[in-house]
Amino acid sequence: MNLDFTPFLLSFKLAFFTTSILLMVGIPFAWFLSSTKSRFKPVLEAISALPIVLPPSVLGFYLLVFLSQSSPVGKFFEEVFDIKLVFTFEGLVVASSIYSFPFMIQPLQNGFENVPKNIIEASYLSGKGKIETLFKVILPNMKTFLLTAVIITFAHTVGEFGVVLMVGGSIPGKTEVASVAIYDYVETLDYKSAHIYSLIMLAISFAVLLFVYMFNEKQKKRFL
Amino acid sequence: MIKVNIQKKLHGSGGEMELKCDFTIEKNDFLAISGPSGSGKTTLLRIIAGLEECEGEIIVEGEIWQNERMKLPPQKREVGFVFQDFALFPNMDVLHNLLYVKKDKNFANELLEMTGLTELAKRYPNTLSGGQKQRVALCRALMRKPKILLMDEPFSALDVSMREKLQNNIAEFHKIFNLTTIMVSHSPSEIYRLSNKMIVLNNGKIEKFASPKELLLKTSGSAKFAFEGKIIDIVEVDVINIAVISIANQIVEVVISKKEAKELKIGDKVIVSSKAYNPLIRKMMSD
Repeated sequence: MNLDFTPFLLSFKLAFFTTSILLMVGIPFAWFLSSTKSRFKPVLEAISALPIVLPPSVLGFYLLVFLSQSSPVGKFFEEVFDIKLVFTFEGLVVASSIYSFPFMIQPLQNGFENVPKNIIEASYLSGKGKIETLFKVILPNMKTFLLTAVIITFAHTVGEFGVVLMVGGSIPGKTEVASVAIYDYVETLDYKSAHIYSLIMLAISFAVLLFVYMFNEKQKKRFL
Repeated sequence: MIKVNIQKKLHGSGGEMELKCDFTIEKNDFLAISGPSGSGKTTLLRIIAGLEECEGEIIVEGEIWQNERMKLPPQKREVGFVFQDFALFPNMDVLHNLLYVKKDKNFANELLEMTGLTELAKRYPNTLSGGQKQRVALCRALMRKPKILLMDEPFSALDVSMREKLQNNIAEFHKIFNLTTIMVSHSPSEIYRLSNKMIVLNNGKIEKFASPKELLLKTSGSAKFAFEGKIIDIVEVDVINIAVISIANQIVEVVISKKEAKELKIGDKVIVSSKAYNPLIRKMMSD
């Protein structure tokens, strides 16, 4: 049997782009959430946590409607960037970024809240601005949270199924990621391929989580 | 000259309270702020540093740090701040904690040498003792060559021998760098040893503002007693010598002979006793 690894490559490519985008968006957003006293904070927190509780089909359906060429957002992307967001890889990246949003935000927000306030103040009192304080004091002192956020977002994106199926369809080589490929194999009763794909997913997921927990254990010992 | 005239509403454990302070100190003064917990000492210190919002004005050597129209952020105020719990950057070694403030390696090494920390320059904060951490924090606060050094109970987390070491460093730095220092402290012996002015804060208001000598010495008459204490100073006044002794939380002066003055030195543990008269007991106002 000839095993095709394209779906795995697609999964990892998707996870890589999603994680990178979310890291850039997530750091300022989570910092804002952790330090704001605004009364809209609970509203923002609730919205950003929605993807955790919503059925993927609901989110997928809204995204499909929202990103389609007949919606303003879809039109904007098509006219300005010449990018179609439905049934394309670019669309998957947008959809995944929304779907995995809370998995990036929550560890980061915990991390920001975990950094002692007085070392942030000590940095200000050393004459340093917010940006320098963020990169030289805050982020280096929440490494475990940063790593958890990145790995969990990456792994969660690799593992998603419902949203990618609805927004991306299942176009081989373009939007057929590993999790969707398994579904397709099962549908066509190709259990052998489904087994192999599933086992690979299982092994990768376990290895990733094991690495995260081992790293965190080591970091804890270093800082105590 | 440093002029502070500020007010701020605080929500303390005992309900709402107004912090209202108006005082002026001179350059090179060493001001101690004392008072019961919750009286607003730390908040006052944080206001001077720019870490807390408040109304009023702060003028330091002719430079306006804050008035009705503007407020300098902490970054723009030339202060050094020593936190009660050190607040060292855990991700940097001792030397880089200092260099983070200012990339002046010579000055950093000089400070480390003065505080006996040179050997520890490459160590990370989590491997240091409390006393070492506090000395690093003191050095870091000085890297900016501040106009005012602010210290929030710098001794509270340290044991007795560490306290003495740090006291020496602080006294030395205050003199060498021409600092104006403001320190929150509970301990009369430290206040007496280091400061020349003292504020007693109570419920957000300045209750007393005088020299530590006036506020702390409580000797009166002679009585039949024996107390254990520690000599914190020996002063020669005209023909007599006076030992300043810290007993429990109070400080007393005892006249001693020339011979005794020679035998005793600062830091000695002593017993202060008197036999001639009956002790006087007076009921204190309960609070």
